[in-house]
This record gives sequence, structure tokens and C-alpha cells, in this order.
Amino acid sequence: MTDRTAVELRRAIAAGEISAGDVCAESLDRIERRAPLNAFITVDPERARARAAMIDADPEARQGLLAGVPIAVKDNICTKGLRTTAASRTLEAHVPLYDATVIERLEAAGAVIVGKTNCDEFAMGSSSEHSAFGPVRNPWDPSRIPGGSSGGSAVAVASRAVPIALGSETGGSVRQPAALCGIVGLKPTYGRVSRFGLIAFASSLDQVGTFGATVRDVALCMTVIAGRDPRDATSSSVPLGDYVAATEQPVRGLRVGVPRTLMVDGVDDGVRRAFDESLEVLRSEGAEISDIDLPRSRYATSTYAIIVTAEASSNLSRYDGVRYGTRATGADTLADMYARTRGLFGDEVKRRIMLGTYVLSAGYYDAYYVTAQKVRGAIRQDYERAFEAVDVIATPTSPTTAFRLGEKLEDPVQMYLADFFTVSANLAGIPAISVPCGFADGLPVGLQLTAAPWGEEMLCRAAAAYERLTPWSGMIPPMPRA
Amino acid sequence: MPSITRGEVERLARLARLELTEDQIQRFTRQLDDILAFARQVNAVDTGPIDPAGLASAAGDRTREDVVQPSLQRADALGAAPDIDPVDGLFKVPRVLNG
Repeated sequence: MTDRTAVELRRAIAAGEISAGDVCAESLDRIERRAPLNAFITVDPERARARAAMIDADPEARQGLLAGVPIAVKDNICTKGLRTTAASRTLEAHVPLYDATVIERLEAAGAVIVGKTNCDEFAMGSSSEHSAFGPVRNPWDPSRIPGGSSGGSAVAVASRAVPIALGSETGGSVRQPAALCGIVGLKPTYGRVSRFGLIAFASSLDQVGTFGATVRDVALCMTVIAGRDPRDATSSSVPLGDYVAATEQPVRGLRVGVPRTLMVDGVDDGVRRAFDESLEVLRSEGAEISDIDLPRSRYATSTYAIIVTAEASSNLSRYDGVRYGTRATGADTLADMYARTRGLFGDEVKRRIMLGTYVLSAGYYDAYYVTAQKVRGAIRQDYERAFEAVDVIATPTSPTTAFRLGEKLEDPVQMYLADFFTVSANLAGIPAISVPCGFADGLPVGLQLTAAPWGEEMLCRAAAAYERLTPWSGMIPPMPRA
Repeated sequence: MPSITRGEVERLARLARLELTEDQIQRFTRQLDDILAFARQVNAVDTGPIDPAGLASAAGDRTREDVVQPSLQRADALGAAPDIDPVDGLFKVPRVLNG
């Protein structure tokens, strides 16, 4: 029954056709049978069953927007009383004292959290290999990565262990794994969803995002988690849209811009083919396709590498082994304790702290950090100009399909380029969605649509219309039978 | 720009209070050089006049009254710490100074 969408499950539970307890039990069973994909770090069956029983016992709770719907949560989002590791040895036994705002909102709507998903350590990576709990595997081909950093959440949905999941985005960490696993992933406008309780990586870019098998499920989840939160000063009180209703709207007259000049090199033939076909589908339904230019987005990945590492090196200074988290043993002095405790970080986290320390250090600050901030502003200006003429911008989500485990692990620049099409939306603070648009050599390909700030309704409208016209969102990977 | 040397990697690790293994020092020396060369591509961009400090989010700036709000209780906050002095209610750390 968990092949059903969140929308269908919620309706059936509210109508009393099925119980939240049965849905929860099946989700937990599927999580166990898909254990070789390593999508989860912590599963708490008791907590989940107790929540589901509460929904079943309370007719009022059964009317919640997500009543009885099982959901998986990326392990960098704090859950009170439920271990939250950020896939790091430094937090391997960390149990938060409070819930993230998005968790409070999900549970108030009746969602049943079944577990915490594996990811790159502190969300730093594009493959979900940089985890202290081992790599996550792609259900379409377990020798390949699922994308990252929110790979566990993407796999939990793609393998239909849960209908919806939360991830987090800093440079594509929801959209890219959604694309590589053949599901839908939405990154909201910066400020649309509260970051309170999201473990900070790069605070000017971070945003909680949602995964689902369909655009409608992603829209439903957004409806629950979005909105102003006094505990996050960067969250906005701009009114929410009706994201679910938007999924019913046609695309006739929708103006779609395509930045062809960004797609010159490095895009796989199969990805390009699927992308071009998706544009034809939109055109056949009355969308107007035109070429646009985002001249400075070509430099988005370089810009991102500077800004994200600078912010990360600052944010991660809190893991000092004093107030919470793991403390390394054997240190004689405080400075030695800091160094040894931080020595527990994995390779990618250390690389980024080193880079961030470098670009912020005396003598290099202007050449790297200040320049990157200016380019970030220029990238944002290019988008503002483009959105005067078009409603959405279309690109592939990822330049390639899922690559093999280990393929890019020791080539950080190639790994960063996996985010070539996604990072600029984070730099510009604008919303973007990835929706399945076909396969290349048996592996899923994603279509990315980007909109102006607060344009989530436009994205839900365009992506859902595309989804109705194509079979791709309904494709499920063959599952191991146990 | 100079290329990154082993000495530079060791100096950065000290600045960042970050213990590296010998293997990490060797790999990072090569990789940081690659990544910084890649990052320097930003210098090719003609940005025109842009104030790098003027990058407010679309949500705009927001202020609030500076009033005391309920927060974590001391016992709860200490409960997650690796080492504490429970009598005085303090976090404990190794000595700060050498010798």
C-alpha cells in the first residue's frame, strides 16, 4: 500500500479505509527489506508505531493534512529524543534536545516519522558516499551512487519505503538525488521554509526541501512545512501559495526559457536527448519555448566552491567537543582536544574546512571571497533579467546520470561539477524543482525548472503538467525480494 | 597565485585546529591546488558595479525586540556534554595552557 501516494494514503486513512498502524507497519517492513541500499541511519519502529496508533485513536488527528503518512527525514534535521548524526562520527551518539520547526509542523499535521536517512556528512557532497555510516546505493543500479547529499531520503522514496521525505539543499542536494533516483525534488525559495533545527552547513544557501514520487505529494508536503517561523530570522512572511491546487493548472501560454549556452560541454548525450524531448512535450501542450542567456551562471560552481567552504568553515567551528557531540580522548590541552575532536571529521568535511579557512585568510580574502560574492550578485542579476521575459527556466538537473561508487571520490572538482546546473538557484535564493523526464541507459534523468522568488506555485503547475503528459514519475525500480 | 605547498596545508590545519593524517596532508596538498585553480575562474567574470554586502535575501531584513524568551534549562544543556562538573553546573575541558 505504500506504493500509493501521500495524497491517496491520507485520503484512505481519513476515510477509515485503512489504518495508520497498517501503513506504518508496511513502511517499516519495506525499510528492513531494502536495508542493503543503506538509506537509513536510524529507524525507530516503536516511536513510529506509537505515533500511528495515536492517529488511529483520534478522529480529529486523522483529519490532518498528512495524517498517518509515513515520512523519512534527512539526518541533519533535529528530532527531539531521536538520534541525529548528520552522518558524522562527531555526532554519532547525538540526541537533540529540541525538534526542528519542520518536524513540529509535520507531526502537527499527523505525519509519522519512521526514521532518519543517510547522507553526505554535514550535507557536504553530491554522491552520499561521504558518510560515517557507509555509502547509500541507487535502487536503479546498486553499483551506482544515488546522488547527494540527501541520497538516503531520495532512495527511501524511490524504493517506495515511504511516499515522501525531507532533505536539505545547499547546492542541489535535493534536486540532484531526485533526478538520479527518478523522483520529484523541490528546493524552495530561500526563506520559504524555516531552517530552525536544520544543522547549519552554509547559512546563506541552506534550505529544507521535499521529495515525493509525484509533484502533488511534494506540493502537499510543502504546504505543511512552509511559512514564517519567529525562530528563523531569515524566514519570510510572504503569503504561501496554494501549491496543491497549482498542480491542476494547464501549461498553455507558460513561457519557458532555455539557457542553451550553458549546455555546450559536459552534458551526457542521453541526458541531452531526454531534456530535448521534454521541451517538445511542453511545447505540444502550448508552452512557449525560447532561448535565454544566463552568462554568469557558467561560473556558479566556482563561486559556490568559495562561498560554501567559507561559510562551512565558520559554521563547523561549533563541533569542539565541549557542549555536545563526541570528544576525542587523550588530549592534554584544550587546543589539542579541539584538533583531535575535529580530526574525527571525514575527508570531504576536512577539505572544505581547509578551503574555507584559506579563502577567508588574510591576503586571500579579497581575491576569493569578495570576488565570489560579487559574482553571486551578478548571477542573481542575470536571473532577474531572464524572469522579465519567461516564467520558468528549464535545464537538465544533472549533467550526467548516476555515476559509479568511488568514481569521483578522489577528484573533488569533478564531484563539484555534478552540481553544475543546480548551484546557481541556491546562489540566487530562488526556487527550483526536478521532475523525472526519462531514462538514459536504464538510469533516470531529471528535468529542472527554476522560477523567480516565491514561484513555487509556478513550479508545481509546470512540473505537474509535464508529469501528467509523461509516464516517468510512475516508474519504480525493480526491488530485491526478501 | 602560488600553488599550495605541504607547509601551507600544515599551516591551514593549525589555523583551523584540525588534525590531519599523513595521508590526508599528501592528498589535500594536491587536491586543494586543483580546487583553488578551479575557484579562481571567478576572476574571469565581469560583474560590473556590485556591492558584495548588499546581498540580502528575498525575504528582506528583519528585526525583533530583544526580550528574554524561555530557553534550555541548565541541566538539560549539560546533559549532552562529554564532561561536566555537576556540582557547580559547568562544562569541563582540559587545561588551556601548556606546562
